[in-house]
Amino acid sequence: MRKIVVAGYGPAAHRLVEALLERDFDGTITVIGEEPRPAYDRVALTSYLDGVSAEELSYPVPPGVVTRLNSRVTGIDRRARRVTVEGGEPEPYDVLVLATGSRPFVPPVPGAGHAHVYRTIDDLDAIRAAAEGATDGVVVGGGLLGLEAADALRGLGLRTHIVEMSPWLMPRQVDEGGGAVLKGHIEALGLSVHAGSGVQEIVTDGRGKVTGLRTPDGTLVEAQIVVFSAGVRPRDELARECGLAVGERGGVVVDSAMRTSDPHIYAVGECALHDGMVYGLAGPCFTMAEVAAERITGGGAAFGGADLSTKLKLLGVEVAQFGAMEGALDVTYMDPVGGVYKKLFISDDATTLLGGICVGDASPYGTLRSYVGKPLPAPPADLLFAGGGVQLDLPDDAQVCSCNNVSAGAVRAAIHDQGCADVPGVKACTRAGTTCGSCVPMLKQLLEKAGVDTGKGLCEHFAHSRAELFDIVRVRGIRTFSQLIAEHGEGRGCDVCKPAVASILASLHNGHVLEGENAALQDTNDHFLANIQKNGTYSVVPRIPGGEITPGKLIVIGEVARDFGLYTKITGGQRIDLFGARVDQLPEIWRRLVDAGFESGHAYGKALRTVKSCVGSAWCRYGVQDSVGMAIALELRYRGLRSPHKLKSAVSGCARECAEARSKDFGVIATEQGWNLYVGGNGGFKPRHADLLAADLTGEELIRTIDRFLMFYIRTADRLQRTSAWLESLDGGLGYLRSVIMDDSLGICADLDAHMERHVATYADEWRATLEDPDKLGRFVSFVNAPGVPDPSIVFATERDQIKPVVMS
Amino acid sequence: MNWIGICGYDLLLPERGVCALVDGEQVALFRTYDGTVHALGNRDPFSGAYVLSRGIVGTRKGEATVASPLHKQVFSLVTGRCLDEPAVAIPVYRARVRDGAVQVSVSVPPSGARAQDRGLVSVGG
Ligand code: SRM
Ligand SMILES: Cc1cc2nc3c(=O)[nH]c(=O)nc-3n(C[C@H](O)[C@H](O)[C@H](O)COP(=O)(O)OP(=O)(O)OC[C@H]3O[C@@H](n4cnc5c(N)ncnc54)[C@H](O)[C@@H]3O)c2cc1C
Ligand code: SF4
Ligand code: FES
Repeated sequence: MRKIVVAGYGPAAHRLVEALLERDFDGTITVIGEEPRPAYDRVALTSYLDGVSAEELSYPVPPGVVTRLNSRVTGIDRRARRVTVEGGEPEPYDVLVLATGSRPFVPPVPGAGHAHVYRTIDDLDAIRAAAEGATDGVVVGGGLLGLEAADALRGLGLRTHIVEMSPWLMPRQVDEGGGAVLKGHIEALGLSVHAGSGVQEIVTDGRGKVTGLRTPDGTLVEAQIVVFSAGVRPRDELARECGLAVGERGGVVVDSAMRTSDPHIYAVGECALHDGMVYGLAGPCFTMAEVAAERITGGGAAFGGADLSTKLKLLGVEVAQFGAMEGALDVTYMDPVGGVYKKLFISDDATTLLGGICVGDASPYGTLRSYVGKPLPAPPADLLFAGGGVQLDLPDDAQVCSCNNVSAGAVRAAIHDQGCADVPGVKACTRAGTTCGSCVPMLKQLLEKAGVDTGKGLCEHFAHSRAELFDIVRVRGIRTFSQLIAEHGEGRGCDVCKPAVASILASLHNGHVLEGENAALQDTNDHFLANIQKNGTYSVVPRIPGGEITPGKLIVIGEVARDFGLYTKITGGQRIDLFGARVDQLPEIWRRLVDAGFESGHAYGKALRTVKSCVGSAWCRYGVQDSVGMAIALELRYRGLRSPHKLKSAVSGCARECAEARSKDFGVIATEQGWNLYVGGNGGFKPRHADLLAADLTGEELIRTIDRFLMFYIRTADRLQRTSAWLESLDGGLGYLRSVIMDDSLGICADLDAHMERHVATYADEWRATLEDPDKLGRFVSFVNAPGVPDPSIVFATERDQIKPVVMS
Repeated sequence: MNWIGICGYDLLLPERGVCALVDGEQVALFRTYDGTVHALGNRDPFSGAYVLSRGIVGTRKGEATVASPLHKQVFSLVTGRCLDEPAVAIPVYRARVRDGAVQVSVSVPPSGARAQDRGLVSVGG
């Protein structure tokens, strides 16, 4: 039986192993990797800082494959066909594959030993630890990976600087004009860019703590963290030492079969040098792995180089480059105000597309990339102006996914022959879109052209789902709707996206709903902090936590209703609704309530409504816990929490369930030992009984679990999706939910906890705050030009001794 | 043309509306993001309630709009036409800003040739 040994366990090694197994290779495979974990998706490395766990990033180890982790290969004995492994047994091989990747280049400047690099999960752990207590970070290198590292530092809350040797950022992908536009975008985000500069030394204090970076002109950039991202070098040391051919500037020389100068040794991925080129992108590395696997199993595939086109979104800015970066003719579209730069390179006879650059709007990329070397599909100006708006039918041989070398034809076949009806389906069938994700819009286009509906965008102004917008707002630190729509949307918004974004901003920042620009985003209920009725009047529902109320307070509600002539009704949520108030009466009503120790409550707004309770152990002969006390505690904790849809809760004192807790978003039922927590219940349009999430919790555990449940829902649900529908759409369902919020499988629990703590700590009574602010109060009039005049269109009749609206039509 | 002063321009929040009482008519005034002031009837023709000034302002395919706060039908701020039900429309009035004040004219339908601007009469209180 043949034995294959793979040195290095990165993405290329993983793909090689998969490809071997797909070809029914029947020998044994041993993979030896230096990192403490199996291969993971390095392209998505940065998401680790956003809370994606190492386990989620990791590729599963295919069955039957032997792995040796935490093990470094230290030498190759070509004669004995054996590799030596640090601190372990040597490993004999019939075929050896080098997949050792590359290492970040750290220039030998004084103090370099104190700097970080950005390549592995361990590197990120070290950066995250160093960011504690730091205020400033600097990234050396303004290329693709440097900007990604800068984004990560910014995400960790640091003021971030970028030092780049070339006169502009991303010199390998964009020209000077594009670099200038890119710089504008990046500086607008608050990062400082030092282009045309470099590193003289890393400055430390007496005790070896980094205090800054000095550039060759003597400037000191103050920072406590320095990250080098100044290029990578192939890890060819094993090859070098055992006498295999290596390139002058590094890289293990391979032929188009991926064989090194020793026919028993192959090399794939970033360590390999093919035809004078080392490829630093995942796509070509995967193709090399496929070719090597084919060769090892007796096939005849050949590697013929690869397209280095890239499209990415860094710090919210789209950048793309395809084909050549020069040509006899070029056409440029530049909009310095909108921050858009697009350029096409064309042959001297103006017929053939040679390449292009896009900054700020990469919509032409998807289509045009496949026309490189072919006749222009439309006049260049049309292509640049209309961007992705020009709908071209991609030829079947056009490459759609460069990471995984998938053609438009292969995607069409997956749709038509294998019945793939959405993006996840196409991903599973073809691998397209599974690596960097930049081809996903093209996959959607192909699906749409095939007549499959894929829309998930909020409305015509945002192509993103609510959950995606939530992430954008959170990660980019966006504070206003204007900024969000300018950077990530189109037009000026509408009644769908504005309230949704207002709710996201409120969930994250908990400012007053009428503060600054927020006021204009709210629907009328949030704008006037009450519920609109059919005749344009409003209802007021004082908060009565848990449904418990003193006689004195009951009397106040009665007096307020009587004095303002309001219709009064007991609600289904254990409180009292007062109807028929004009906008100009609302502040006066609130003032009376506030003075008596009430706050008005949310019967509007996507927020917590009520936590109903039954009478519980204090009075009921069956009660086993204080359900009223718990309901009050929960209502006070979560009041004002803005969410994708309204939230309802209830607490029952025993299993008889008089509070109907299992019809609530989160319901609690007392047990002899503590509390059972049920989630995802709903009455309303599509009733659903809540599922038991956890049993016999202590009060403290109960609250922590609800905290996390609510925050996870708020971060990931769609607009107007109640917890019931959300839970049903969650991949992995209740089990997955449990793993995330109880076993912390995503490593985000600390973050969720902190987020809820912030909400609780910053909660403020929004009605009282309005009363205290003359500017906001001034808006509560029926007519701007006649503040004292009541709205004459509001007329009431009487029914069962109370008012009833009359609307004239 | 009879221009009536309503209020200081500063009282209008960008992307939001207010209501004014002009010659007994309820006029919804909106200030859009670009600073333009639009004046339309405040009555929502679908519900009969006088509420359009409290709707959410935005755009549909680039056209400035307001959505009724009751049942979300969208109206063009420019033409008054309901974009969800083209047979329905609300009145559009002339509005302008002079010396920091918003003025409205409800006397003449706004279509047709540009009328002569004349002196302004102030009401309110
Ligand atoms: C006042 C009240 C009826 C009553 O007189 O009892 C009521 C009144 C309204 N409900 Fe309700 N619901 C009221 C209890 C309920 C209940 C029962 C409960 O909470 O125990 C339910 C079913 C439980 C549930 O939500 O799962 C309920 C299911 C709904 C729904 C359907 C939700 C769904 O998921 O299908 C809506 C529509 C929506 O929210 O989209 C709704 C919406 C509304 C709105 C907000 C409709 C609107 O936009 O005008 C009403 C506003 C009343 C106002 O102006 O004050 N109301 N509504 C109840 C207020 C309880 C409270 O104190 O907060
Ligand atoms: C932050 C970041 C973002 C990126 N984004 C993109 C992107 O958007 N698009 C794109 O196409 N590419 C991207 N890349 C590049 C892409 O990740 C690499 O091209 C790809 O990981 C190369 O795979 P590899 O397996 O050849 O090498 P590596 O991923 O470097 O894996 C090599 C592995 O071998 C191990 N190893 C090395 N020597 C030994 C030894 N002697 N013994 C044992 N183990 C050893 C290493 O520890 C490592 O785990 C990105 C890279 C980074 C760091
Ligand atoms: S749920 Fe149990 S404790 Fe509560 S009122 Fe009903 S019977 Fe009593
Ligand atoms: S192009 Fe990267 S996943 Fe398709």
